[in-house]
Amino acid sequence: MKKVLDEKPAAEGRRKESAGPFTTISGRPIDPLYGPEDVRSLDYDRDLADPGQFPYTRGVHETMYRGKVWTMRQFAGFGSAAQTNARFKYLLEHGGHGLSVAFDLPTLMGRDPDHPLSLGEVGKCGVAVTSLRDMETLFEGIPLDDVTTSMTINSPAAMLLAFYILVGEKQGVPETELAGTIQADILKEFIAQKEYIFPPRPSMRVIVDMIRYCTEHMPRWNTISISGYHIREAGSTAAQELAFTLRDGIEYVQWCVDAGMDVDTFAPRLSFFFNAHSDFFEEIAKYRAARRIWARTMKERFGARNPRSWMLRFHTQTAGVSLTAQQPLNNIVRTALEALAGVLGGTQSLHTNSFDEALALPTEEAVTIALRTQQIIAHETGVVNTADPLAGSYFVERLTSEIEAEALEYFRKIDAMGGMVAAIERGFPQREIQEAAFQFQRAVERKGKVIVGVNDYVMEEKPVPILYIEESVAEEQAARVAALKATRDAARVRRALESLKDAARGDDNVMVPILEASRAYATLGEMCDALREVWGEYEEPPVF
Amino acid sequence: MTASATDETRAGKPSRKVRVLIAKPGLDGHDRGAKVVARALRDAGMEVVYTGLRQSAEQIVAAAAQEDVDVVGLSILSGAHLPICRKVMELLREKGMEGVRVFVGGIIPTQDIPELKSMGVAEVFLPGSSTRDVIRLVESSVVPLDPH
Repeated sequence: MKKVLDEKPAAEGRRKESAGPFTTISGRPIDPLYGPEDVRSLDYDRDLADPGQFPYTRGVHETMYRGKVWTMRQFAGFGSAAQTNARFKYLLEHGGHGLSVAFDLPTLMGRDPDHPLSLGEVGKCGVAVTSLRDMETLFEGIPLDDVTTSMTINSPAAMLLAFYILVGEKQGVPETELAGTIQADILKEFIAQKEYIFPPRPSMRVIVDMIRYCTEHMPRWNTISISGYHIREAGSTAAQELAFTLRDGIEYVQWCVDAGMDVDTFAPRLSFFFNAHSDFFEEIAKYRAARRIWARTMKERFGARNPRSWMLRFHTQTAGVSLTAQQPLNNIVRTALEALAGVLGGTQSLHTNSFDEALALPTEEAVTIALRTQQIIAHETGVVNTADPLAGSYFVERLTSEIEAEALEYFRKIDAMGGMVAAIERGFPQREIQEAAFQFQRAVERKGKVIVGVNDYVMEEKPVPILYIEESVAEEQAARVAALKATRDAARVRRALESLKDAARGDDNVMVPILEASRAYATLGEMCDALREVWGEYEEPPVF
Repeated sequence: MTASATDETRAGKPSRKVRVLIAKPGLDGHDRGAKVVARALRDAGMEVVYTGLRQSAEQIVAAAAQEDVDVVGLSILSGAHLPICRKVMELLREKGMEGVRVFVGGIIPTQDIPELKSMGVAEVFLPGSSTRDVIRLVESSVVPLDPH
């Protein structure tokens, strides 16, 4: 109460500005007040338009959440395929709408569990999937024509997609009916998350092959999820997240067009994935700017004619990096506010983080609270009643235009370098992010940014219960793989891996031999090793 | 590199620059923390070597020996900290490098800190730690060669 009284406006009616600097979490200066001048250059029909109308600044659907609330999709995966299968069933029983698979690091890096670098990593930050056999267990009792599934996998995305298609086949669900998303965004791996295997150019070729395969065979599948989430987690600003993500999107479209595909055949199935960080209005502005830039880019730069090619549809995840290990229950509040920004920004699907994730993988209790947070926003706050409620706010519109301009400036720089692959090879986005991350850390340490419970309002606390993954998961997984190798048709596996190498050396779509090798129960490590043999492995120069 | 190459005598400070290896063991690629810490230590006047990503315990210990470091910082966010640290500490002992102090940063459950310390890990830094605390630990790890 004392604090509130202290903040009462002074006699002249002007509040003292002592708590500054007044900047967003990205360091963007914010004015004390915004007014009509700030939106003077905006033209409603040209720059905003109603939801469902080009350039979709206000949302991609006319009715937005009145028509359909966002998909509540909680990212989950840990331990063995059987353990994660149980967590999936739990989430679906408690009102989750779709599945989202987190894979462990050996899977993400295309290594079998018995590889020396897999030490301690099996089943730790996701589920261990080494072959089609594990994928069958993962979706046991979950009919694939009943759910949509998102898979966070990039370098070995083609193999995991093949496993999913084959599980569908075994369940009697044809690939034409499978619905979901595969992340398959390799560019942001080079830029931020660093889970790459092959060098950038052959990596891009796999993505183009996958997009082509899905375009021809899987009309309900989102072929890629072009992701800013990890760019932001690595420390970028909001505008960098937006700029690098959309410029990655341009790169994929350009490579597909260069490979002879008609833009309107594949662009409607491209999807995006953004972070919801803690700076409320900046995040909302970011999503609105994203839609406007993408619509104009697709129409003007690529000549797309299908309105579905113009629409930027996106998934949102609250910022893992904003969670604190200190006073972890506070993270419930952070996540709720971040999720609200995602919803006010018009997201199509949402993952809310669990409060214990700065410490370990989430417990079932923490996961339930995270899902309930979304349900409270959807059913109790009233924010779903009308589309884009913040449109016309002097501040939000001004911020939207500013972030858009900053992103377009990055486009010009990256275009001048010869595109995103070339910019990555020069280390440009990597350096920009590294610098922003360092500046933010310095601001925190100077208390230029207060993080509650970390650099202010600190107190003694007791540890919270966390989820433990037993080391036995690794041994069991290695034993399962050994048993699989003893029973499969070894000659068929060898032949399939040889055809995969042939395709990699030539121009044939690698999806075809990957499907055959997967059907023969070749392991993920074996398939990736075959490609390592042809393409080599990428190593980033260790610069800091 | 020999100590004389980086001689720098200041009152109460080590008579050569402290040498630190920042390493990313395992398969994880999340290198934000490792790079922020590496840069903060360098800005504090230390010689910092960063291994880059995906180093096995053997590679890390070999790099520590080759670079003749005083301190090794391991950045682990994937949950693999116990087996990885156990291996690194064993290898350091085998090579007679017990004098090298090891600290760990990342997503580490507080419950695991006693076990890490019993292995010989000097300090564990959780999310939200200040780079100043890391600098202080590293400085305190090195006995001044030329005390005043």
